[in-house]
Amino acid sequence: MGFAGLSLYSQAVLLLAGLIALTSFLMLGQSRLVRLVLVFAIQGILLAATTAMVAGVLDFPHLYISAGLSFLLKGILIPVMLHRLIHRLGLHRELDTIEHPARVMMGGAFLMVFSYYVSVPIVAHSPLVTLNAIAVSLAVVLLGMLLMITRRQAVAHVVGFMSIENGLFFAAVVSTYGMPMVVELGIAADVLVAAVVFGVFFFQIRESIDSLDVDRLSKLTEADKP
Amino acid sequence: MAWLMAILQTLLFIGLAPLLSGWIKRVKCRLQNRKAPSLFQPYRDLRKLYRKQPIVPHPASWIFRAAPYIVFASTVLAAAIVPLVAINLPTARIADVIVLVGFFALGRTFLVLAGMDIGTAFGGMGSSREMTISSLAEPAMLMAVFTLAMSAHTTNLSQAMNFVLDSGLVLRPSFVFAMGGLILVTIAETGRIPVDNPATHLELTMIHEAMILEYSGRWLALIEWASQIKLMLYGVLIANIFFPWGIAQTFTLNALASGLGTIALKLAVLAVMLALSEVLFAKMRIFRVQEYLSFAYLLSVLGLLSHIILEAAR
Amino acid sequence: MSLFLAGISVAAALLSGLAALAAGPDGLLRHGMLWWMKKAPFRRTRTNERLTPGRFSRFARTAPFLLLGASGSFAVLAGIAALLGGGTRTATLPFGLPWLDWHLALDPLGGFFFCVLGIPLIAASLFGPGYVREFEHGKHTLSVLGLFTGLFVAGMELVLLADDAFLFMIAWEVMSVASYFLVAYQHEHATSRRAAFLYLLMAEIGAIAIILAFGVLAGFGGGLTFEAMRAAAPSPLWASVAFVLALAGFGMKAGLVPLHAWLPEAHPAAPSHISALMSGVMLKIAVYGFIRFAFDLLPSLFWQWGVLVLLIGSASAVLGILYALQQQNLKRLLAYSSVENVGIVFTALGLSLIFQSSGNSQLGTLGLVAALLHSLNHALFKSLLFLGAGAILHQTHEHSLENMGGLIHRMPKVAALFLIGTLSIAALPPFNGFVSEWLIFQTALQAGSIQSGVLRSLIPTASAVLALTSALAATCFVKVYGIAFLGLPRSRHIARAREARHPGMLAGPVLLAACCVLFGVLPTPLINALGTLTQPLTGFVLPNISALGWLWLTPVSPEVASYSPALVLLGTVAVGWLCYYLLYRRTGLEPRRAEPWDCGFGGLTARTQYTSGAFSMPIRRIFEPVFDTRETIEEQTDGPAKTRVTGLRYQFQVLDRAWQVLYEPSGKAVTRLARWVGRLQAGNIRTYLGYSFFTLIVLLWVVS
Repeated sequence: MGFAGLSLYSQAVLLLAGLIALTSFLMLGQSRLVRLVLVFAIQGILLAATTAMVAGVLDFPHLYISAGLSFLLKGILIPVMLHRLIHRLGLHRELDTIEHPARVMMGGAFLMVFSYYVSVPIVAHSPLVTLNAIAVSLAVVLLGMLLMITRRQAVAHVVGFMSIENGLFFAAVVSTYGMPMVVELGIAADVLVAAVVFGVFFFQIRESIDSLDVDRLSKLTEADKP
Repeated sequence: MAWLMAILQTLLFIGLAPLLSGWIKRVKCRLQNRKAPSLFQPYRDLRKLYRKQPIVPHPASWIFRAAPYIVFASTVLAAAIVPLVAINLPTARIADVIVLVGFFALGRTFLVLAGMDIGTAFGGMGSSREMTISSLAEPAMLMAVFTLAMSAHTTNLSQAMNFVLDSGLVLRPSFVFAMGGLILVTIAETGRIPVDNPATHLELTMIHEAMILEYSGRWLALIEWASQIKLMLYGVLIANIFFPWGIAQTFTLNALASGLGTIALKLAVLAVMLALSEVLFAKMRIFRVQEYLSFAYLLSVLGLLSHIILEAAR
Repeated sequence: MSLFLAGISVAAALLSGLAALAAGPDGLLRHGMLWWMKKAPFRRTRTNERLTPGRFSRFARTAPFLLLGASGSFAVLAGIAALLGGGTRTATLPFGLPWLDWHLALDPLGGFFFCVLGIPLIAASLFGPGYVREFEHGKHTLSVLGLFTGLFVAGMELVLLADDAFLFMIAWEVMSVASYFLVAYQHEHATSRRAAFLYLLMAEIGAIAIILAFGVLAGFGGGLTFEAMRAAAPSPLWASVAFVLALAGFGMKAGLVPLHAWLPEAHPAAPSHISALMSGVMLKIAVYGFIRFAFDLLPSLFWQWGVLVLLIGSASAVLGILYALQQQNLKRLLAYSSVENVGIVFTALGLSLIFQSSGNSQLGTLGLVAALLHSLNHALFKSLLFLGAGAILHQTHEHSLENMGGLIHRMPKVAALFLIGTLSIAALPPFNGFVSEWLIFQTALQAGSIQSGVLRSLIPTASAVLALTSALAATCFVKVYGIAFLGLPRSRHIARAREARHPGMLAGPVLLAACCVLFGVLPTPLINALGTLTQPLTGFVLPNISALGWLWLTPVSPEVASYSPALVLLGTVAVGWLCYYLLYRRTGLEPRRAEPWDCGFGGLTARTQYTSGAFSMPIRRIFEPVFDTRETIEEQTDGPAKTRVTGLRYQFQVLDRAWQVLYEPSGKAVTRLARWVGRLQAGNIRTYLGYSFFTLIVLLWVVS
């Protein structure tokens, strides 16, 4: 059965999956940190909406709680924390310019095709219609890692890390009817702790090398440099 | 009979184009708290221009004189193949979407040549920028067309609209992205803010206006009319490909009337959105247009990828 | 019958070379004429009155071209006969190796390329007599030019006729070496010498690759004839090796990136009608070789080969046109544009290979037809553009676009013909360039029928690159036409240029322009005629191509896509005329001449207009990583503390990155290797005696 034969809910789930992929790409191209956090917040909200939709399609009420939790945490709490951190560190006026945005975008597109290629055998053996989106979730994970590699600001690294976690959560929602509630809560707590710890580390890094540019961390090398 | 209807539709198309421009200007003026000119002012402007004596600059050749006719003819032909009120008309078979892009390219080429014909810096500047922007916009537009064609299995506009009508209300991610890409390309190709300012005549800020700076009289009227038709063309493409409900599938009077009503409504809504974006955004400098068009290309590529990943039957 | 006509064509080409040699200053005919005039000076016959030196030199100029034109006409006739007749005609000639006669064969594929060869050849031979007049009193004789032109054409025709690898390679080498001499014709210029050397070097490397490719197939097939090779059954690994070698060899001759560096050097150095033949025809002979090898000789196709060809083709297309945009030398720009068009042809071939290897022979055939059509169209409009550039060069001796301008007023007929060439190459409806590009897009759009999702995402990306290429090509040629013909003249000798007076110099381009328009408006009969060609190669004939009649082009089916160029032309002309009538004739307002707008400052000169470099500057900035730009500014300062600038020299170069990336490192590596091997030649006689001694000992040991 083609796409048109799916129910409206399933179509909406797949549409939201596409939009989540779009937010990942947008994060790759953002040079201002405030906007990066905003796009990340949008990704969190879309993720919550997707979880709610899947709950509607598959009729699992506990996923509604999961959706609410991720909306609160990933859509509101963590972005607000990061936003306040950015303003406190005075980074909201800095530009983290990407050297070759075209190459980064092409790399992102290639990663998306690659994750599709990797997930073809997985999807072929499943009757679950929304499993098509597992390629998107893998792409979000890979694009999050690409974000971490191509950025110099440490805050962008955090956002990349969170984005990876978003992708894994999305994969879980789409493929296994959501994670068990315990695992869900545990991961949420981990993410929150990670955000707090990162915040502390930022101040520490800034004290040592007077900036949050991770390329400057190589000043800490032991080797003798002429 | 069907050919007669097709010709009537084309005449209606080109007749209504100035009205759309008038409506956009009206909405924009209202948003900027200004008093708007009448809705029919573009018609009066065109009539005024016809009656004026045209001026030919000294260095101009026959290309300067022939270009307005070729530009207008290619735009009218493009208007003939895009279904406005009814689909399944025979003119839709003459050319498909790729040929439509080719028609725009033909008009643009002659306009650019006419710009260079005078031997002034304005013409060269407008021509150079116009060709650069359109070169970057073509891949994005083609990718959007591809996305559409991969779902509908056709590039014939009439057939594509039939396909979308027959499948009912389907939330395709690929169509959403393709529409986004196409909207961005529309703004670039028709020369609206934030790519080009259609109301400016300052040297460093004009692109389309720079090419036609030397035109006057009936030639200017033809070119202005052609750019109004082009704007309406893109609007009709977006409205009828992605939201074709209401378009006439038979040739009864009821169906045609409802088709006309629905397209008028869709175009009015699109015009309000265009006017809003023109008021809210500032014009970009020329070397930022490449980022803008790369974003349009990204949207189109995402549309294609989401079609392959999310929509294709396994 | 078709083989007979082809044979006449080859003979005519050879005869034209001999005629040029004979009519030269040391030739037989001239000696004969002088002897006759010495013998009978007082006989007042009509022959004596006619044998003036002026008439004789005109005859010497025209006769070789007459024979070349005959060769071209017979080539076209042979091609049409082969296409309409279908089937293959074979013959053997008793030349060649003792155990291997020369096998000749003319099948529809060869026939099509005979047509591709013939039409530009006729146009070039019409153009030639007027053009070579300027070389008559130059440093080099026309006889050399004519001889090698004849050999060049004969070589190309024999390549098309060859049915065994030996004759193929002999004809290929004749073609390469003859064109080497043509490129080196004006060898007093160092650039010509360098270009010719580079050309010969790369042609030979390509030839070695082709020989090796044939060798692989011959090894498996047990013989050098194409028959034997078709029966060969190499393993997939060896078939891939042969394919890659053939792609490298034929691609080098066709001008695929990164093996294209000889093209922009060699084409400007040769005389213009030869450049037209090289760019229009010789590159297509390389395409023919590739199609023959891949579709005919190799037993089976793999989709990986198709992806490789598709990637290389797309890269060539986009890089070729980007470099073309940055050239100011008109012929160099046209050469880079040939790289782009060959890239487009190979993109279509790649698509065809992908579809064919996935079992979808209808779409494979469509891709092949699109590639063949684009080869023909490119031969037509590129020859037209080169002949136009030759006319400009002949009248004004100007190479660079930066000095041209306003030629439409001085050379209106050349300008009109060049405009048709420009519109065709920019792929605008209803001209022929658009038809072949449209077919390629239609082929690519059917990618939905392929199973692999990765390929389904690769093919649209390649076609987006193709769309970018065609838009950039329109930019490039609008720039060429606008800078060269429109606007104000940028130098004095351009302002005084005159129209080409020799009728042949206009007749050749007129023929090509007429073909461009004809094949643009009525492509369907041509595509239908290719049915006999595709049947043996891909096993499919496109039946739907004219499901709606000969006015329409429906490659897959009428519901999928249809295009009617004739109706488009009719519609455009009708609307244009209607507007003209209603607006001009009815109102009767005559336009009035005035000065262009100058912001009230006045003093608009030719220097205030856009230059060629300025027009393409935005593209250069946007695609910066592709180019290797070198900018040098030299200031001459004067006065106390050197503060006053008295002179400024600005030099800006856009170089091909392939030199930096591939050619210079390869050159250095070869030199290093040669030096290392050169250590064997120590110069000491005892060392050489030692080598002989050592060899003798080894041989004795082996024999025992």
